[in-house]
Order: sequence, then C-alpha cells, then structure tokens
Amino acid sequence: MNHRFLRPLALGAAALTLAGALTGCHGRREQAEFAVPESFDESKTYEITFWAKNDTNKTQTDIYKQAIEDFQELYPNITVTLRLYTNYGDIYNDVITNISTGTTPNVCITYPDHIATYLTGDNVVVPLDDLAADSKYGLGGSELKFGGPTADEIVPQFLEECYLGDTCYALPFMRSTEACYVNKTYVEALGYTLPDVLTWDFIWEVSEAAAKKNPDGTYALNGQEVLVPFLYKSTDNMMIQMLQQKGAGYSTESGDILLFNDTTTGLLLDIADLTAAGAFSTFKISGYPANFLNAGQCVFAVDSTAGSTWMGSDAPLMDIAAEEVADFETAVYPVPQFDPDHPQMISQGPSVCIFNKDDPQEVLASWLFAQYLLTNEVQIAYSQTEGYVPVTAKAQNDPAYQDYLSRAGEDNNTYYDVKLAAVQLLLDNLDNTFVTPVFNGSASLRDAAGSLIESVTKSVRRSQPVDETTIAQLYEDTVALYHLDQTSAAAGKADLGPLPATAAALLAALAVAWAGILVCVIWRRVRARRKTTGNSFKK
Amino acid sequence: MKKLLSLLVAFGMVAALTACAGGADSTASDSTASDSTASETTETPAEETAETAEAGTVLTHEEYMAADVDTLVTIETYVQAKQSWWEDKATVYAQSEDGAYFLYDMACSEEDYEKLTPGTCIRVTGYKAEWSGEVEIMEGTFEFVEGADTFVAEPLDVTDLLGTDELIDHQNELVSFTGLTVEPSTVEGSDEEYAFLYNWDGSGTDGDDLYFNASYNGETYTFTIESYLCDNTTDVYNAVKNLEVGQTIDMEGFLYWYEGVNPHITSVTVAG
Repeated sequence: MNHRFLRPLALGAAALTLAGALTGCHGRREQAEFAVPESFDESKTYEITFWAKNDTNKTQTDIYKQAIEDFQELYPNITVTLRLYTNYGDIYNDVITNISTGTTPNVCITYPDHIATYLTGDNVVVPLDDLAADSKYGLGGSELKFGGPTADEIVPQFLEECYLGDTCYALPFMRSTEACYVNKTYVEALGYTLPDVLTWDFIWEVSEAAAKKNPDGTYALNGQEVLVPFLYKSTDNMMIQMLQQKGAGYSTESGDILLFNDTTTGLLLDIADLTAAGAFSTFKISGYPANFLNAGQCVFAVDSTAGSTWMGSDAPLMDIAAEEVADFETAVYPVPQFDPDHPQMISQGPSVCIFNKDDPQEVLASWLFAQYLLTNEVQIAYSQTEGYVPVTAKAQNDPAYQDYLSRAGEDNNTYYDVKLAAVQLLLDNLDNTFVTPVFNGSASLRDAAGSLIESVTKSVRRSQPVDETTIAQLYEDTVALYHLDQTSAAAGKADLGPLPATAAALLAALAVAWAGILVCVIWRRVRARRKTTGNSFKK
Repeated sequence: MKKLLSLLVAFGMVAALTACAGGADSTASDSTASDSTASETTETPAEETAETAEAGTVLTHEEYMAADVDTLVTIETYVQAKQSWWEDKATVYAQSEDGAYFLYDMACSEEDYEKLTPGTCIRVTGYKAEWSGEVEIMEGTFEFVEGADTFVAEPLDVTDLLGTDELIDHQNELVSFTGLTVEPSTVEGSDEEYAFLYNWDGSGTDGDDLYFNASYNGETYTFTIESYLCDNTTDVYNAVKNLEVGQTIDMEGFLYWYEGVNPHITSVTVAG
C-alpha cells in the first residue's frame, strides 16, 4: 500500500488558484442558488457522479458499488457513476480544477476544511439545511424510499463538524480518531507498566529508554539495527492535539492564525530533544508506523483508528514479509495526553457534500443518494472495513452493529481485536473529541502545523541547530510557504483584533472635535438664553 | 471661545489627518513588510541552494552508498526517467556509470523539469534518506552540468538475481527481467483470477497503479506499473491491461524498493 507518491494537498496555492480562476472568469455564467423542488420528478433520468475515497481497501470499494446498485434499484431513474480516489488530496485538487470549468461531481467525499475552499465560488456547494429539513425528501422524509436516519439520529458532534458558520454544507459519512498502538511486550520488557491513560511524559520516558543501544550498535530492546521507539503518522494531528490539550492557540473560529506561539515553540523543542535521543520519527521521514510496529521496530505507533487493520502481529493487512513480523502483544490507547483527567482527541473522517447544478432535480437526486449513504446497511458495512464508527445513533444501536462490537477477537479479519479496540476507543470518547475551526485556508494551516514537526525533526537528524531563533525563522518561512498571510474567514465575521493606535487616534480626535463643537453650541445657546431672559426681566 | 473652538477643530483635523497619514504609512509599511516577506521567500531557497551546492564534493556512487543517512551529499548523475512534478518538486530516476539514484521531491521549476530529458547530466545536492528500504536523496537541489556528456543506461538483466541478497546492490538501476511467466492475482474474498489488479488489492480503477505477478524458477514476484511514472496512456500500462495468465514476458524498469524489491516497470513485451 505504498501511498507515498500520492500528491499532497496543493496547499494554499490551490485555494488561490481557485480564487484567481473564479475571479478571472467574469464571463462565466454564475450558478443559481439552489431551491428545493416541490417534488422529485421520477419521469426523467438523472446521471450523477460520486467521487469517493477509499483506504486502498477492496471491501470498501465493493460496499460503495453495492450501495450504488441498491440505490439504483430504489430509484431506477438515477444512475450513479463512481470515481474512486485513495486520498483526500487528489479529490481536493480535482474538485478545484473542476469548479473553474463547471464540471464538479454531484456527490463528493470531502473534509469540511476543503469545503471552505470550494465555497470561494458562488453557490458551488449546496447548503443542506433546507434539504435536510424538507418534510418529503429531508432526513427521515415521508417520500424517501429507504429508511434513512432522522436529523436527531445523526450523532450531534459529527453533524456539527459539517457546519461552516451557521450553514450545514455536508453530511458526516464515517468518523475515526487517532490511536496509539503500543507494543505492550516491549514496554513491559523495559520495566514499565502501561498506565490507564497514556501521557506524553510516559511516552517520552519509555521511548528514550527504548533507544538505548548495545555496544555493537544494535538496539538493546529488539536486537535489531532499526528501532523507532515513537513513530507518528500524521504530524499535523500531533501538533493540533498537543496544542488543544495544552489550551494553546491554533486558530480562531474566524480564521486568525494562532499557531505560532510560545507553547508551540516549547513543544517543538521537546520534540527536537526526543529526536536527538533517537526516540522519535515520522511517517514522512521513516515510513508507515504499521510496518515498524509489526516488525518489532517500534514501541508506540500513532495512526488513525481507520488504519487499525494494519496494526499488530496478527493484522489482516500487512506490507512487510511474513518472516519479518514480530510476535508481540498490541495494546490500543487514545493518543497521549497532557491532562489525563481531561483527555482530548481529534475527530476526523470523511463527510459528503453536494455540488450545485443547473437542474434542481439533479441536485435533489444527488441529495437522495448522499442520504442513502447514511442508511444502516451502508453505515454498518463500511464501518466494519476499518476502525470507523457509524455516524448515526440508528446504526450504532442496531443489533447487528452491537453484535459486531461484542465479537472482538473471534477472528483476525472482520472481528480483529485491535480494530475493534480502536472502534471502542472512539465510541468511549465521543465527548472527548474536537475539531479545528474551518475557514478558507484552514487546510493550509493544518499542513503548516505538521510541517513544523517535520522540519524540526529533520533538522535534528541532519545535525542542524534547533533553538528558539531557528524556530522563529521556521515560523516566518512557514507563513510564506503555506500562504498563511492570505487566509480568510469563511464562517462569520473575522475578529480583526485590537484597534490600531492610528485609528484610535483618529477616532479620539474626531470625538474631541465634535465634543468641542457641541460644547460651543451649548455655550452659545446658554449665553443667548441668558441675554433673552435678561431682556424679558427688563420687560 | 471661537478661537478655542477653532483650535479644537484644527487640532481634531490635524489629529485626524495625522491618523490618516499614519494609516497610510502603516499600510505602506505593511506592504513593505509583505514585499520583504515575498522577497525573502524567493531568495531563501536560492541562498540555500548556493550553500548546499558548495557544501560537499561530488561523491562516487560507492561513497554515496557509504554515507550515513541524513548527511548532506552531492552527486553527479544522469536523468533516466521522470516520475512526477508537483508544486516545484520533481521525483526523478537517475543513473551514472557506477550506480543509480532516486531523487525524491527535488526542488525544480516546471521549466527546468521540461529540460530533464533522459541522459541529461545534473549535479544534485541533498540529504541522503531511506524510506521503507528505498535509499534516496530527499528534498535536494540541482543544477545542470554544462558541457557534460549524456548517458542513457542500458538495462541490466537481473533475472537471475531475483530472490537473492545481491539484487539490492542494483537498487534504482534500469534493469530487465526476461522469460517470466504471468501468474494469477486474486482479490480477498474471491477465487477469481486476474492477470493484474488496479492497486495492490484490486480496489482501484483505470488510471491507478497496476500490480501483477510473474514467476521465475518457481518463485513468484510482484511488479508495479507506477501510474505517475507510466500513466494509463502509455504502452506499458495498456500492455499490462492486456496480459493473460500463463504468458511469458520480458520486462524493463527501475529497481525501486518498498519493504522489499518493488520494480517500477516501464516496458512489457509478451514473448510467448
């Protein structure tokens, strides 16, 4: 599953390109605002495209195909064409290209961060509030030909993530979080006992202990030449969660960048120390955490719960040769915490948005299909392919799903215990999840957050200095590289910060002038009245 | 009183104008700062390029392989094939008379990328890295070597090295495999046999990487059509789509590594 060559997000440049393309297309006909039709016209045929993301997982693509087949049986006048992607970056880049040419898909798996960029164009993405509330075709609507969830049956936290400002632009499709997959055998061999809640301090300490080498250069813990005690897949999530747990700034809801702060600097210096001790690396630098974990070359591997089928000695999916797999016990934990009493972890996973079209009926057909993806059949089947959680309470409470959860360890495939532990982890922590603010540029900010860790880690490995001065320079370079000085608020009004001194001076001067005028007028009137009064007295 | 009022109004106006002027200055200042940032943005890589280009002497392939991971290295080599260009970063297969290199995410303008034709001599400076077994130069910079000869490698037949420890000595080289037999691939949950799969598990569609199996001396190996190197418009991509299980094939490609040998095939010929 070598995904290394998949193109990364096009950073802020993509958003700028989109904005430029739209600005440059003055002649292009603007998309009309969508209005929900009174009824769905089943006498006409509609061809809709669905751009979907899978985790390079055949079962997932089969589920998509089955869902389309089942949906088309219910709605014979709608044909759904599936286009598969294996990463969000490619979808994002392709959507941006197609917005400017008016050839967007109808239904698209996406992240809310990306929608914020898509909204740079007028009426490109369909707001779902009216559709969802429609009595006939909305969530739980009377005219639906399938048993979809009502609005109340979608997990509120997951639905909230699909709002930009006060408008809902997507439906959640699947949710996951990150997990720390631990080689428990190694931790205990080092003389440690895993705590109830993993803390960063614990991981730092054990990782440094694990990095000790024998005189011959091999690692004392595994006797191999390779060991990365602590390996993190998505360093953007790492930085975001650390800052959230510390209560430090990342961004405001309206798009102010707060990432470059003293807490971040402190965290980067800690990461530098850990890297210098040979205890830490990242996916981009070393490779997939799963490969190192399974080869007995990693103690703590952090990756998505949606990657759990790759984790552990008995993982059903494996990229390394069978003879390289080590035998060890895998423990599944939430990501490390700074405050064990108040754990916090990121909520992530695909959502579904709908793109606007000239024909409202086509949009309604798209909405029907998007909604169909929330039926129990699709939700339960797809969630079982990886460590995903269904986004509806209706699916989560379904006896079939409860049965699935209860059968952990029955086999190393559907009921693989590591996968089900990862799923349970998220179900147990729904109230401890968070998401980052969404605005035009938030996707770039996310990339920038991860790049700070990558840069510092590389610098240490390359024997380059890492201190407050170099980190300050790194901040400056990162702002420029990720166009963070060009982000804009998409949700609500931007917080413009304190009034500049010059503006305050202007207002103060005007106030003084008007006050003076007012005083003058009053004074003159008083004087005039006194004169008048005096005269009358004289009368 | 009128004088006082006039003074107040005058003061207010002056203050207001000063504030406005200040605002203008501020804007100008911000603009300058912004220009300065933009200027630094464009200059910094150039400075880095100059620094890194001077950082080391040109290594032979043997010296390069002996260098530690994460050290700065400089090599001269010849472009053999280009895999991708994206946001001013190029990924290139390169080879010299004494060995081959994989240049990952090398800083490269789109204009220069067009000039990276097979045989072109370039001097590359970057950090040696190893990613899942693939030894490479990561995030390097390069310059064209003016007046240099060109060199296009002839494929080395490594068929007999398949399954041996010696194969890795030819990592990244242009190699050939002759007389292999196409073996079936299957997807999970089905016994149906395919001559190739879209993606490693069959989860992809046309345009994605192709994976296929071929055997030699009773052992089966997996080969890849890397879609950024050879997309679905290329002869090799379509040749693999037309493969049949049991056919005998000859292949050429680059000896890429991912958790073991993972050849990126560029040519497939059905020999029988």
